[in-house]
Amino acid sequence: MLSKRVIVCLDVRDGKTTKGVKFVGNVDIGDPVEMARIYYEQGCDELVFYDITASHEKRGIIIDVVRRVAESIFIPFSVGGGIRSKEDMREALLAGAEKVSVNSAAVQNPQIISQGAKAFGRQCVVLGMDAKRVEKSAAIPSGYQVFINGGRTPVNLDALEWAVEAQRLGAGEICLNSIDADGTQQGYEIELTRTISEAVDIPVIASGGGGSPEHMAQVLTEGKADAVLVASIVHYGTYTIGQIKQDLAGQGIPVRNILE
Amino acid sequence: MIAIIDYDAGNLTSVERAVRHLGIDCQVTRSLDDIDNADRIIFPGVGAAGSAMESLRQLGLAVAIRQAFEAGKPILGICLGAQIVLEASQEDDVSCLGLIKGCTRAFESNLTENGQKLKVPHMGWNNIAIQKSHPVLEGIRPEHQFYFVHSYYPAPKNPDDILAVTRYGKDFASALAVDNLVVTQFHPEKSGEPGLKLLKNFSAWKP
Repeated sequence: MLSKRVIVCLDVRDGKTTKGVKFVGNVDIGDPVEMARIYYEQGCDELVFYDITASHEKRGIIIDVVRRVAESIFIPFSVGGGIRSKEDMREALLAGAEKVSVNSAAVQNPQIISQGAKAFGRQCVVLGMDAKRVEKSAAIPSGYQVFINGGRTPVNLDALEWAVEAQRLGAGEICLNSIDADGTQQGYEIELTRTISEAVDIPVIASGGGGSPEHMAQVLTEGKADAVLVASIVHYGTYTIGQIKQDLAGQGIPVRNILE
Repeated sequence: MIAIIDYDAGNLTSVERAVRHLGIDCQVTRSLDDIDNADRIIFPGVGAAGSAMESLRQLGLAVAIRQAFEAGKPILGICLGAQIVLEASQEDDVSCLGLIKGCTRAFESNLTENGQKLKVPHMGWNNIAIQKSHPVLEGIRPEHQFYFVHSYYPAPKNPDDILAVTRYGKDFASALAVDNLVVTQFHPEKSGEPGLKLLKNFSAWKP
C-alpha cells in the first residue's frame, strides 16, 4: 500500500539553513547537507530545499548544495525558490534534484509549468501555492485566494481554479501552503487542503500549521493530503521523524518505516 | 564496468551517483562500443515511451540492447526502462523492444483503495511482495519500501516472469526477470538503503 509521505523542508540562505537544529548536539548547525543526512537517516521520505537567497549573484550556491546532497542521500528531493526559467530547472535537475518547485514565477508566467513538464516530465514540476482564506466572491469563488512573493502579495487568482489550471498545464504535484495556518503550529488548514485535493488528480502536499503528529494524521485523512511538509517541529527537536512516523502508524496511517 | 545507457530520457545523474556511491565503476554513455565493452548495463529512463523508443532506434541503441540481452550480459531496466522492454506500450501506442512478452498498460482512472479514489501517477513509497527469489532481490524484506513515480505499468504475458508485485488499487508487476534481464518499475537509486542494496546485488549478479 502506498505510504503517506513525511517531507522535511529546509530553508537555505547563502548555502546555510536558516533554522538551527537542536535535536543533535554535535551537528554543524546550519549545514543543509548535514541536516539532510540526519533526516534521511531518521527516515524522512523526501526533502525540499527552499532557496531564500536574496542576492542573485549568490544563487549558484544552492546548486552546490544540491550537488552535495545528491552525492550522499538517495531519496527524492526538490528545490524551490528562485526557479524562474526552464534553464533554472535544468540546472537544478542536472545537479541531482528530483523535482523543482515553482510558485510566484508560475503565477506570473504559467507557461513555465508546461515548458518544464514537456522538457523534463510532469513528475519533475511541483506547483508551490500560498493560499489565504477570504470572502467568497465572483473573482474568488472558492474563498481561497492565491498570494505570491512569499505570501506577501495577493493576486487576482482563485486557489482552486489555479490548482486545476496548473494540473492542466502539466504540474505533477502541488505543495499547498496555508498562509493562515503557517507558523501557528495549531494544525493544517483542513478545508483548504481537502478542497484542492479533491479537485485534482495529482498528489497534494499539505504545508503550514503542523505542530503535532495528530495534526498530520488529520490532514492526511480528513484533508485528503498525500503528504505533509514539516519544518520547525523537527528542526527544533520537538519530534524526530521516527517519532512522527511511529505516531502516525499508531493512528492507522500507512507510513514507510526504515528498518535496519 | 557498468554502462548506464543515455538516450535523452530524463535525468541519469541519480543512477550514476548511486552506483558510484557503492564504489562501482560506471559510465553514462550512448556509444555502441562502450555498451559492447561493458560487463553489465543499466537501462534507466524517465519520460514517455514514444519519444524514448524513437531515440533508442535513431541512436542504434535498440539493436545494441537486444544484442547485449542475447549475449547474456546482465541488464537492469528502471522505470521507463522496465516498461519498454515489453513488446508494446499503451503510452503513445508504440511498439517496444520485445525482450519480455506482454505490454505496458495505463493505470485506470477509477482505482480505489479503502474507498478513497487513487491518484495517478502512483507517486511515493510502496512495498513490493516478492513472488519468487532472485539474486538481485537478495536481502530485500517485505517491510522494505521503494520509491515509485509512474502512470503506466508492465503487464507481462507470462506470470512466471514476475519477480514482485505491488498494490495500488490492484496488484501490478513491479519487478520482472527473464534470463539475464531484471527490470524494476520503482527507482532503486531513490529508495534509500534497500534500493542501494538492490543495485549492489545487481553489480555482483552472475546470471
